[in-house]
Amino acid sequence: MGELLTLPLSWGSFLTFALMAIVLLLVILFMVTYAIYAERKILGYMQSRIGPNRTGKFGLLQTPADVFKLLIKEDVIPQKADRPLFKLAPIIAFVPSFVVLATIPYAENMYFANLDIGVLYYVALSGLSVIGIVLGGWASNNKYSLLGGMRSAAQLVSYAIPLVISAVGVVLMSGTMNLMGIVERQAGWFWNWNFIPQILAFIVFIISAIAELNRTPFDLPEAESELVAGYHVEYSGFRFAFFMLTEYVYMIAMSALITTLFFGGWHAPAPFLEFIPGFIWFVIKFCCVFFFIIWLRGTMPRIRIDQLMSLGWRVLLPLSLGNIFVTAIVMEIIKAING
Amino acid sequence: MALRTEELLLNVGPQHPSTHGVFRIVVKIDGEIIKEATPVMGYLHRGTEKLAENLNYTQIIPYTDRMDYVSAMTNNYVLVSAVEKLMQLEVPERAEFLRVIVMELQRIASHLLWWGTYLLDIGAMSPFLFAFRDREIIIELFNELCGARLTYFYMRVGGVKWDAPDGWIEKVRDFVPYMRERLKLYDDLVSGNEIFLARIKGVGRYDAQTAIDYGLSGANLRCTGVKRDLRKDHPYSVYDRFEFDVPTRTEGDCYARYLIRLEEIHESLRILEQAVEMFPEGPVMAKVPRVLRPPEGEVYSRVESPRGEIGCYVVSKGKDSPYRLKFRRPSFVNLQILPKLLVGESITNLITILGATDIVVGEVDA
Amino acid sequence: MTEHKDQEQLQEQQAAASGEAPAAKDTTKPEAAAQGEASAEQPAEKGSAAEAKPAEAPEGGTSAAGRNEGPASSGVKAETSGRQAASGEAPASDGEKPKRLDPAEREARRAAALAAKAAAKAAAGGGDEGEGAEPAPKEPSPNQPLLDKIVALIRDQVAPDAVEDHYINEADSHLPVVVVKNEHWLKTAKLLKQSLKLDYLINLSGVDYETYMEVVYHIESFQTGEKYCLKVRTDREAPSIASVTPVWSTANWPEREVYDLLGIQFPGHPDLRRILLPDDWAGYPLRKDYEPLDPEV
Repeated sequence: MGELLTLPLSWGSFLTFALMAIVLLLVILFMVTYAIYAERKILGYMQSRIGPNRTGKFGLLQTPADVFKLLIKEDVIPQKADRPLFKLAPIIAFVPSFVVLATIPYAENMYFANLDIGVLYYVALSGLSVIGIVLGGWASNNKYSLLGGMRSAAQLVSYAIPLVISAVGVVLMSGTMNLMGIVERQAGWFWNWNFIPQILAFIVFIISAIAELNRTPFDLPEAESELVAGYHVEYSGFRFAFFMLTEYVYMIAMSALITTLFFGGWHAPAPFLEFIPGFIWFVIKFCCVFFFIIWLRGTMPRIRIDQLMSLGWRVLLPLSLGNIFVTAIVMEIIKAING
Repeated sequence: MALRTEELLLNVGPQHPSTHGVFRIVVKIDGEIIKEATPVMGYLHRGTEKLAENLNYTQIIPYTDRMDYVSAMTNNYVLVSAVEKLMQLEVPERAEFLRVIVMELQRIASHLLWWGTYLLDIGAMSPFLFAFRDREIIIELFNELCGARLTYFYMRVGGVKWDAPDGWIEKVRDFVPYMRERLKLYDDLVSGNEIFLARIKGVGRYDAQTAIDYGLSGANLRCTGVKRDLRKDHPYSVYDRFEFDVPTRTEGDCYARYLIRLEEIHESLRILEQAVEMFPEGPVMAKVPRVLRPPEGEVYSRVESPRGEIGCYVVSKGKDSPYRLKFRRPSFVNLQILPKLLVGESITNLITILGATDIVVGEVDA
Repeated sequence: MTEHKDQEQLQEQQAAASGEAPAAKDTTKPEAAAQGEASAEQPAEKGSAAEAKPAEAPEGGTSAAGRNEGPASSGVKAETSGRQAASGEAPASDGEKPKRLDPAEREARRAAALAAKAAAKAAAGGGDEGEGAEPAPKEPSPNQPLLDKIVALIRDQVAPDAVEDHYINEADSHLPVVVVKNEHWLKTAKLLKQSLKLDYLINLSGVDYETYMEVVYHIESFQTGEKYCLKVRTDREAPSIASVTPVWSTANWPEREVYDLLGIQFPGHPDLRRILLPDDWAGYPLRKDYEPLDPEV
C-alpha cells in the first residue's frame, strides 16, 4: 500500500485513494457495529445475564437494528437551541475520530499515511473533538448539558497532557514520532515491546486514554445518574448516533494506538511465530486492549470531578514527566556503556 | 480582578434517575458547589391517612403496603400491631415467628435494593444486577408464601393470612448460607474499591447531637454512634428471643451508613437462622371477630423498618374504621437533614448523600 | 342456659353503658371495655379475667359468700364459661375445679359487681366513695410516678394551670399523657427538653375532633429512656399552636404537614408552607368537614 502513496496524483490515483478511504470507512463502521454488540454481550455476561440474543442469531443484528431505529427518528431540535451550532457539534466531534485512523499502521504494508509526526498528529486531532463536545453542551440550551460539556472540556484537556507526555517517553526510546518507525523498533520477542521498558508510561497512558475516551471510571460528562447523559441529552436520532459513533471510533482508534505504541503493532510475540500475518497479530492485541476497556466499565464506579482533576494534574502529570526524565537518563547511561 | 460568577438554579428531578422516585430538589449552584437546596415533595401523595378514615382496619393494610413499597412487610406490621395493642389481642406464636421471618427477609431485600441502586448512582452498573439477582430469590419466597412479589397484604390483625407452604421454611434455611457467600462477594467487589472509597468516605458527615435533634432513625442515626434499634430497645413481636447485634459506627458519613446496612444484612441472616430453628407449630391467626371494633382509645406503635422507625398512631372511637390514622414515616423525617447537609457540597455529592439516606418516595409522601 | 344468656345480655348492656361513660378515666377503661366485649373476644377476656383473678384473690374471701348479686352473676358465669371454653380444661378437672373456683368465682363476681357499680357511680358523677374494699383494677400503673413527676414539674416551672389534664394511657403500654394548655406550650416544650432531657421528638400528629383540634406529640429521652405523650388543644376557628421547631428541629416538616392537611398555624415556624399538596390547593383535606372542590374526586 505504501507504493500507492508515491504515485503521482492523477484522476486514477485519486479515485484509488478515495476508494480505499471509503473501504476503510466501511470497515470501521462495521467494526463499530460489532464493537457495540461485543460490549453489550460482555457487560451482560459480567453482570450474570446474557446480552442481546433475540434480533438475528445470537443477537448479531441488534446494533444494525438500533442504528436503523436511530436513523429513522424525528429530528428534534429544542426551540431555543442555537441551530447552526447544534447541527455542527456532532460533525466536529466525529470527523477527527475518522481522520486519526489514517496514521495507524495495521500491518507491514497496510497503512494509509506514513507521517513523520504520527503521534503528534493523533493527539492534536483528538483534541479537536473537545470543541464539538463543548459546542454540543452549549447549543442544547439545557443546564445539564452545559454542565456536562464544561466537565468534559475540563477533563479532556487535563488528560490530553499526561497522554502526550507519556507518549514522549516512547518517542524518546524509539527516536522517531513516525508510528511505523515506532513499531519497527519493537521487532523481536515480546519483551522488546514498549510496555515493559516504559511500564510507567504505559500505565499513565492507559489511564489517560480511558479519560480521553470518556469511559468509566471517567465518564462524568455522560454520568447517567447525575447529569442524565450530560452533553448529549438533547440529541436524538441520527445526531445522537453521530456522538455514539464518535465514542466508539475513538475507542477503536485508541486501542489501535495503544497496540502500536506499546504492544509492538503487528509483530508476533516470538520471531518463530512471524509466519502468521502481522494483521492477525494486530487484531488480537487490539481486541485484548478493547476487552480491557470494556471490563473496566463493568467493574468500576465513577470518579468525582474534583478527584479526577486532582488525579490528572497532581498524579499523572508528575509521573509522566518523571518518566521522561528517567528514560532520558537511562538511555544516556546505556549509550555511555555501549560506546 | 475578581471573577464574577452567577448562581444557577438547577432542578434535580422530579424525573431523574437518581432521586429514587418522583422527588425534586431545587438547588442553587455556583459552579459545582451547592449554595442552597430545597426539597420539594408531594408528587406521590395519595391521601392514605384521609382514605383510612373510611375503611375498616383490614382494608387499610394494602394501603400500607404501598407506602414504603420496598419494605411492605414492616408497614403491614406497624398497622396491625397498633390495632392489636388497642384490642389487647394475643397473637399465636407461629404467626409471630412467621412475621419475624418475613420482616427480616424483607429487610434483606430492601437493603439489597438500596445497595444496588446506590452503586448504580455512584457509577458502577454491575452490582445492581447482582443485588437484584439475590433479591429475586427473596421475592420468589414471598410469592410462594402470599402470592405477591412487592405488595403483600400478608399480615392481618391477629396473625398472618397464609401459613408457610410445605418446604418453605427449608428454603429460607438454605437461603442463609447462600446469602452469606454473596455478601463476601459484594465486599470483594465493592467495599475495598479505591474509587468507591474516595467517593463516599467523609461525605455527608454529621454528629450524634444533630441526628437526635433532627429525629433521624435507622442507619442514619446509628452511623453517628447512637446505638439504638427498636428491636432491641423496645422489643416487639418475638424479637426478644433472638440473639443479634446492632451494628453501630461513629464516623457519621456515607461510608459508615453503607457499612452499617451491609452488616445489618448479616444480623438479619442470624435472626433468620434462629427463627427457622425455633419455628413452632400452631395456628397462624388468633380468633378475632369478623368486624374489628377496637375499643376507644389511642395507641402509637413503632417498628424498626429498614429505613428507620416507622410508627402508626391510631385514634379509635370504637368503630370499625379509625377516627384518625397517622403514620410516622422514617423517610419523611430522615430527609429533613438534607438541606442542611448539602450546603457547600458539590452536585455529585448530592447524589451520594441522597442515596445514603435511603429514602423511598412513597413513604415520604404517603 | 337461656336465662343465663338473657342475663348475659343484660350484663353486657350494663357493662357497655359503664364502659362508655368514664371516658376520661383511663384506669377503668380497659377493664370495662374488656368486659363490654365479653362474649366476642375470648383471648381478651382470658387476659382480663386472668388479670381480675389474681387481683381479686387476696380480697376477703369469706365475706364474698354473702354478696352474690343477680345481675353480676350471669356476667361472671359468661366469664367463667368463657374461661373454661378458652382453657378447655373443664372436663379434665371437673371434680376439683368447681370447689376451688367457687370462692374465687364469688370473689370475681363481687369484684366485677363492685367495679360495675363504681363505674356506674363515676358515670353519674358521684366520684369514689371509698366503699369499703375499693376494686383493685385501680392498681397504680407503673408509670404513675413518671406522670406525677412531669405534671409537678410543669405546674411548678411553667404555670400552675398549664396542665389541663393528665392520665395514663394503659393500652399504649401505660404511656403518661399530659394535656397542656395552648398558651403555655412553648415554654413547656423548652422545659421538657432542658430538665427532663426529652431530646427526641418521635412523632407529631394533628387530629381533628369536631369541636376542637389537637396536636399530639410523642417525645422520648435517649438518656433516661422515658417516653411521654403531650397533647395541645386549639379551637377550630383559628387554630394555632406554638411551633416547637426551635426546640426539636425534627418538628419542621411534620408541622408543615399538619398545617398543610389540617390548617393549624404554627407561629414561630421558620418556613410554614404547604408540603405535600400543591401550593395553590384550597382547603385542608384532613379536616372532618372538608369538601373537595372537585366532587368527582
